[in-house]
Amino acid sequence: MPSYSFTLNGEKVTVEAPADMPLLWVLRDLLHVTGPKYGCGVGVCRACTSHLDGEEIQPCVVKVKDCVDREVTTIEGLADGDTLHPVQQAWIDCDVSQCGFCQPGQIMAAAALLKKTPEPTDADIDGIENVCRCGTYSRIREAIRKAAAGRGGA
Amino acid sequence: MDGIESSAAPTGPPGDTGTSRHAVSRRRFMVYSLAASTLTIAAPLACDTSPAQGSEPARGPSDVLVTGADEEMLVLEVTQANKIVVRLPRVEVGQGITTAVAMMIAEELDARLADVEIPLADARTKGNQYTGGSNSVVSLYGPARRLAATARARLVTAAARRWHLPAWTLRTGDTTVIAPDGRTATFGSLSASAARIRRTSVSAKPKPASRHKVIGRPTTRIDARDIVTGKAKYTGDLSVAGAKPTVVARPPTLGGKLLSVDDRAARALPGVHAVVKVPGGVAVVAESFHHAFQARDALRIKWAPGPLASLSDAQIRSRLKAAVPHLGAPPRGSTQVEAEFEFAFVSHAPMEVLTAIADVRAHKAEIWFSSQTPTDARDSIASATGLPASAVTVHVLRGGGSFGRRLNFDAAIEAALISKATHRPVKLMWSRGDDTRHGRMRPASHHRFRASHAGGKVVAFGHAMAEVGESHGKKGTASQAAFVRPGRVQAAGPLPSDSGLYDFGRLSGDSGGIELAIPLGAWRSVGSGTVRTAEEIVVDEIARSLGKDPVAFRRTALRSKTVTAVLDKAAAAGNWGRAMPDGHAQGVAVHEEYGSCVACLAEIDATDPKHPRVTKVVMAADVGTAVNPRGLEAQLMGTAVDGISTVLQAGLHIDRGAVREGSFADFQWARQRHAPLHFEAHIMPSQGEPGGAGELGVPAASGAVANAYARATGTRPRRFPVNF
Repeated sequence: MPSYSFTLNGEKVTVEAPADMPLLWVLRDLLHVTGPKYGCGVGVCRACTSHLDGEEIQPCVVKVKDCVDREVTTIEGLADGDTLHPVQQAWIDCDVSQCGFCQPGQIMAAAALLKKTPEPTDADIDGIENVCRCGTYSRIREAIRKAAAGRGGA
Repeated sequence: MDGIESSAAPTGPPGDTGTSRHAVSRRRFMVYSLAASTLTIAAPLACDTSPAQGSEPARGPSDVLVTGADEEMLVLEVTQANKIVVRLPRVEVGQGITTAVAMMIAEELDARLADVEIPLADARTKGNQYTGGSNSVVSLYGPARRLAATARARLVTAAARRWHLPAWTLRTGDTTVIAPDGRTATFGSLSASAARIRRTSVSAKPKPASRHKVIGRPTTRIDARDIVTGKAKYTGDLSVAGAKPTVVARPPTLGGKLLSVDDRAARALPGVHAVVKVPGGVAVVAESFHHAFQARDALRIKWAPGPLASLSDAQIRSRLKAAVPHLGAPPRGSTQVEAEFEFAFVSHAPMEVLTAIADVRAHKAEIWFSSQTPTDARDSIASATGLPASAVTVHVLRGGGSFGRRLNFDAAIEAALISKATHRPVKLMWSRGDDTRHGRMRPASHHRFRASHAGGKVVAFGHAMAEVGESHGKKGTASQAAFVRPGRVQAAGPLPSDSGLYDFGRLSGDSGGIELAIPLGAWRSVGSGTVRTAEEIVVDEIARSLGKDPVAFRRTALRSKTVTAVLDKAAAAGNWGRAMPDGHAQGVAVHEEYGSCVACLAEIDATDPKHPRVTKVVMAADVGTAVNPRGLEAQLMGTAVDGISTVLQAGLHIDRGAVREGSFADFQWARQRHAPLHFEAHIMPSQGEPGGAGELGVPAASGAVANAYARATGTRPRRFPVNF
């Protein structure tokens, strides 16, 4: 079986996997990194949302061969040690989570949005497609605004 | 085991220590000490295993059987490491029960919330381990507080003896006992000596509400940090030794039967461990879910169409309509407001698809999954695998949402059967397609209303309905037989509309139904989600017929001052009646159930009726004592999204015996762009017993959204979801 190397949350990893194996199952089943969740497998619910070279991806529809020598960041790698990313902290401050299953993906989507768009409008936030079946959307919106304000819009 | 009464003057134990059962026929609350080297005490839970009918207050047990284990009990342990551990006989699926119970415990112990841990208890053999009917806070509020108050009294007594000080001079705070001279002792350091104390020197009664510092304070979830860092573990995240990823190939139609399978190509693929037939299809066990899905797709299967293969939505709808019982004659001289409503099937669609780990051996089985009914699950798994129930261990995991879906344990039984057949532990996951196409759903229903008014007042109100019931056929599969919450749970009574909410004169009506082999399940708020939603739409139409404002009319017709108060609150806070542009409107609705009530005001922008946007939602709720107002607000917020989704855009179609939708791509659950830009919830102050709240908001939110849509578009919506 071919092997593939990439950087996962700051550490170099090498896995033996079929070339077309989705990154989601490489992370979850081979590397036991379970923050990214399976919710649909077709890139629609976005519960698995993570970052590839700092940009939002859905690992359930990204093949492992396309990650070679690139930087994969999952929810586990978003914080700086014990210091949470501002989006994670805002999520706690606003008590966003209910069941919590979609929230790693929601947080990664919000972090990616704020990186590109430090002062998002309501329309920008409306552009986030991640499903939250519990319906936490209002607190997600509040948390994104709070995280954006905390960074001074920088 | 010793029992002491939870009072300042404890009497002797109700029975001696030992293993035999003792009937304790006292109507007072009992707390038991379990033999342990740390302070470990238990409070019995009401043994009411039936779904809560709503407004029953928390009640102490009268006749309690003591079994010597933590069966039937809420168990609290003070560990040497100064943690308070309470094994909770409920499941956490996002509703926040672990946080609410931790708050009750922290309140009465004067412990730091961070020192309270609430693991979920394994399935027990008896007692109330049912999570549903919005009953958890109602049933735990008394026992949890009394348990913690008793523990506190023991710890204070132990400290008093250690320090040779009068117990009444000691204070508690931050998980420590504090002496007047400033000396402190952690609860953990006192646990062993407190375990030996039988007679407490201070009151073991819970605090009066006026002294509550934790209960009633808006509090962030205790698992918030675990969730945002990805540490929170759901069933699929567990590494159980040897449990391999497993998926099942399922038929294209509901209840389709396997005719033949050629698994040679699938077995030849790398990473495939086993292929076995199960009642629902063909299971593949593989090295990863990628390998499992690939092998599943390589199976060559011939399916016979399921029993509904000639049936589609149009026929189901016409059969439902025909099954609605007739309404009797209206009172003479009255004016009629008549309406019929149809609701489509709705998937529960929890974000975490059904997942179960099963390790079934010759003489025992161990199962891990998220269950609202672990006791029933254990019995059913035992019977499906041919093991005695005592040989089956069910570990209850947090769930990624439920909405009623985890009352049933289809996946756990299936996982157990696959493990048994393959002689290996398995981690079974239903794909999203499995969940949408073969999962359970809220039944479709048809409602016929006739309200009769005379002299400006409703004098008769008729509501007849029919809904789809689940037929199990001649040979129901094990998974089809998995627990279905029996019967419809309504506010009250045999009539569809018998809630007593409105003074509507003579009530009449009846329920009919058609039986179809479709997997159904109780969906958040159960019958009220359709029955009460439709009623609230009719109430608006009555108001219109009478030329009255929807809020003003409700105020004259509501029987309860409490409901009127939440309506007034929502109307005032939401600025009811404010001028709005064309295509925009407000809508209101109320609901009362589970000993609680709620009002919802929604504003909608329906300038494009095909793409309406609910822009603002204001809710007001009276749930008695709101243990965690922040959690309650979250529950209400969730029900607002339920209302938006089910009324405007999310449902399931049946096409020739198959569910048309297959994922969130076509099951149009609300996204951020459909959610209100502004949400607020107002919690009415109360020191009354807590009522239920998890499902409460659904009918009010649904009704308010539908009424807002009707007013914004000048239409009378009759089929839900509206855009489907």
